[in-house]
Amino acid sequence: MTEAATALKTTPLHALHVELGARMVPFAGYDMPVQYPLGILKEHQHTREKAGLFDVSHMGQVRLTGADPAAALETLVPGDIKGLAQGRMRYTLFLNEQGGILDDLMVTNAGDHLFLVVNAACKEQDVAHLREKLAGKAEVELLDDLALMALQGPMAAEVMARFVPEAATMKFMSYLSASFKGVPVILTRSGYTGEDGYEISCDKADAEMIARALLAESEVEAIGLGARDSLRLEAGLCLYGHDIDTATTPVDGALEWTLPKRRRAEGGFPGYDIIHRQLTEGASRRRVGIQPEGRQPAREHTEIQDADGNRIGEITSGGFGPTAGAPVAMGYVDIAHSAVGTPLTLVVRGKPLPARVAATPFVPQRYYRG
Amino acid sequence: MTKKYTKDHEWVQVDGDVATVGVSDFAQSQLGDVVFVELPEAGRVLEQGKEAAVVESVKAASDVYAPVSGTVIEANQALVDDPSMVNSAAEGEGWFFKIQLKDASELDGLMDESAYKAFVEESH
Repeated sequence: MTEAATALKTTPLHALHVELGARMVPFAGYDMPVQYPLGILKEHQHTREKAGLFDVSHMGQVRLTGADPAAALETLVPGDIKGLAQGRMRYTLFLNEQGGILDDLMVTNAGDHLFLVVNAACKEQDVAHLREKLAGKAEVELLDDLALMALQGPMAAEVMARFVPEAATMKFMSYLSASFKGVPVILTRSGYTGEDGYEISCDKADAEMIARALLAESEVEAIGLGARDSLRLEAGLCLYGHDIDTATTPVDGALEWTLPKRRRAEGGFPGYDIIHRQLTEGASRRRVGIQPEGRQPAREHTEIQDADGNRIGEITSGGFGPTAGAPVAMGYVDIAHSAVGTPLTLVVRGKPLPARVAATPFVPQRYYRG
Repeated sequence: MTKKYTKDHEWVQVDGDVATVGVSDFAQSQLGDVVFVELPEAGRVLEQGKEAAVVESVKAASDVYAPVSGTVIEANQALVDDPSMVNSAAEGEGWFFKIQLKDASELDGLMDESAYKAFVEESH
């Protein structure tokens, strides 16, 4: 079946994207804006300099309720969910029995329930996984009636405070139930661009009003998935299905920071034995930042070689970093070649391109720490 | 000077036996922001329809094919230094390379401007 013959789903902001002149593309089963007339480069720079509004309504929003949803969720993820204070959130991973990553997600302690945001392409499978594994322990509800937007950039806080004054003092990775021009919203001070900003969850019916109100502010531009990808890549953040997947563990993926002390000691999550062994003995390969020399980008699936021409890995995300002003990439290399500064050779269109292992993020993160 | 277009969205403008080659304005609009071009070196022999250059936008890499056969006599160094010229002047200052034509009759198989416009409208 061709893309055209496949019925694509739409978000509540679809008509607005079309009205704004977006170029729409199929993404995870949805007809989504890849860019607006401004273009990816300018959209990216605008987000880093002012504020950008992203439609991320295709992502899955899930409510987990029950006697102890945190304890239940900890059987599926390695994060410290029990220790999450009310109104706080964190990034964690659904793991399989081999320690492979089924999806990455954000978990918020919303008081009487846990609020999860999962990837669009994985949401059906995540919900099925939760329902199967947590049967009898927690109730799982996919919140299909909600929209989700992200307002990102150094001026996001100033803009948001005009509508929700209490948003200004929210800490990074916190949650607030608030009112935006009279309609209820859930704000989290989070995002996936490396910038300060918010994600805004609201009823589908209110999404367009909120989007139009934010876009009417002089600092805000609509930003598509193209710039979202270059922003998260510069920020060194993983894209599920590319930089992490079922064949990578949190240790392979350089995501040890998602494995807190208590969970490392206690275990009780899928793949614990393998992950524990990797933490003790080391993994055989690692996700690293890669800085190609010159201006030619190296894309996903580009072969990585050592100085002697031996294949040592592959790029999983790569492109041009508009803020870095240079090509940037991430990929896996064998552990012996993972130290920052190690010279690498990338095979781009059959030709060797010199590169080095680089520290990530490529652009400093500017989260609001209060 | 005749200007012709290929189905792969290259343009070629012929002056005597020298052809200047670039990508069409339509092509640059589809590519988006161009961040890198790789051009053929002078002296390289190109064959009609075969890979001649590479153009990379923020999102993707695309091949540029030789609209006609010939020997490269000059690559546009200004474009290498400022790839965004593909976006701002695709059919002017943003030309890619010049070649010495091998066989002018190859031009007969290409589209003129009005035929190319119709082709773009029909296929997009």
